[in-house]
Amino acid sequence: MIKSLDPRITRANINVEDQIQPLQEMDQFQTYEVFHQKKRGQQHVHVGIVHAPNPDMALIYAKEQYARRGETANLWVVPSDQVFATDYLDQDIFTTTEEKHYRDPGTYKVMDRIKAYKERRKQENK
Amino acid sequence: MDFFNEDHIAAAKDLLYKMADDQLIIGHRNSEWTGLGPLLEEDIAFSSMAQDKIGQSEHLYELLHQLGESDPDNVAFTRNADQFHCCHLVEWPIGEYDFSLIRHFLFDFAEAVRFDMLANSSYEDLAKIARKYRGEIKYHTMHANTWVQQLATGSDESKSRMQNALNETWNLALGIFEEGKYEDTLKTAGIFEGEAVLKRRWMDSVIPLLEKYGLNVPDESTWAPVYGGRQGFHTGHLQPLLSEMTEVYAIDPTADW
Repeated sequence: MIKSLDPRITRANINVEDQIQPLQEMDQFQTYEVFHQKKRGQQHVHVGIVHAPNPDMALIYAKEQYARRGETANLWVVPSDQVFATDYLDQDIFTTTEEKHYRDPGTYKVMDRIKAYKERRKQENK
Repeated sequence: MDFFNEDHIAAAKDLLYKMADDQLIIGHRNSEWTGLGPLLEEDIAFSSMAQDKIGQSEHLYELLHQLGESDPDNVAFTRNADQFHCCHLVEWPIGEYDFSLIRHFLFDFAEAVRFDMLANSSYEDLAKIARKYRGEIKYHTMHANTWVQQLATGSDESKSRMQNALNETWNLALGIFEEGKYEDTLKTAGIFEGEAVLKRRWMDSVIPLLEKYGLNVPDESTWAPVYGGRQGFHTGHLQPLLSEMTEVYAIDPTADW
């Protein structure tokens, strides 16, 4: 029998010869992706996964894993196998994305007029 | 203080002691699963709820302190078993997970109803605590309910384990509602409507759920509530638990961590 500093382990009367049996694959629960919403109206943000046999249990676990501390308004869980993703082999489709600053609204010609308008409002409100 | 006389204070203390002791002892018992739970997520959830219970008990011990009892650490760590007012249900060893789950289900629904009743108590400090922890306890009952439903409607083995655990636990759970000598005082002072009302409301909430999941509540002719705990008579399991729980405190009462 295993004697441990931890009295719970000693009480469990675990035989030293006992072999630990690895779980069969079928014994593993599926995973659910967890999305956390801080305040009502804000976006749900992906925070991680939980293992669970069904959505109800997944929600119960999501609460303790990801909403134990800090503010929470709502949680979503989605079965991981229902998430469809791009292939990392295709990552090159994103390579020029960061160069396309001309798409940022900050570079629109109209920004000059918006800035001028804001300046005018500021002066008027003084 | 919103009490009128000594009798009300004595009645409030009696109520607070049994509530806080129940929470402390079941919190400690459930924490014994930490690191040994059936799966990681459950281990974290069950441990977290155990901590919640101990936190709730601390809050109630603080109320007792306000009513003139010793400070929370002293009250929690220096009494012997016969000075505790917890029911026998909470002091039994954790057993297998089926027993711990059914105990969690039966106890937490009773606690949820009790806190619900106390939310309107004339003892405003206690009513505040009852309202504060409502959400926390609601999660505890959701967790218990989801598990019991899952296992009671699962495989043949999980069904029979749930049924056997329920059979073994039922009379212990009825012991939660052991009446004390202050039932009338609590009622007339508007502090608490009493154990009998609590018991009826608890049955109205748990029995339909258990039946919905196909579990049989033991026949009423076999009901034999296990009393004694509220008066300081306990099983042999409580003192070893207390010795283990207070081991560090006993070595150094001033230790801080």
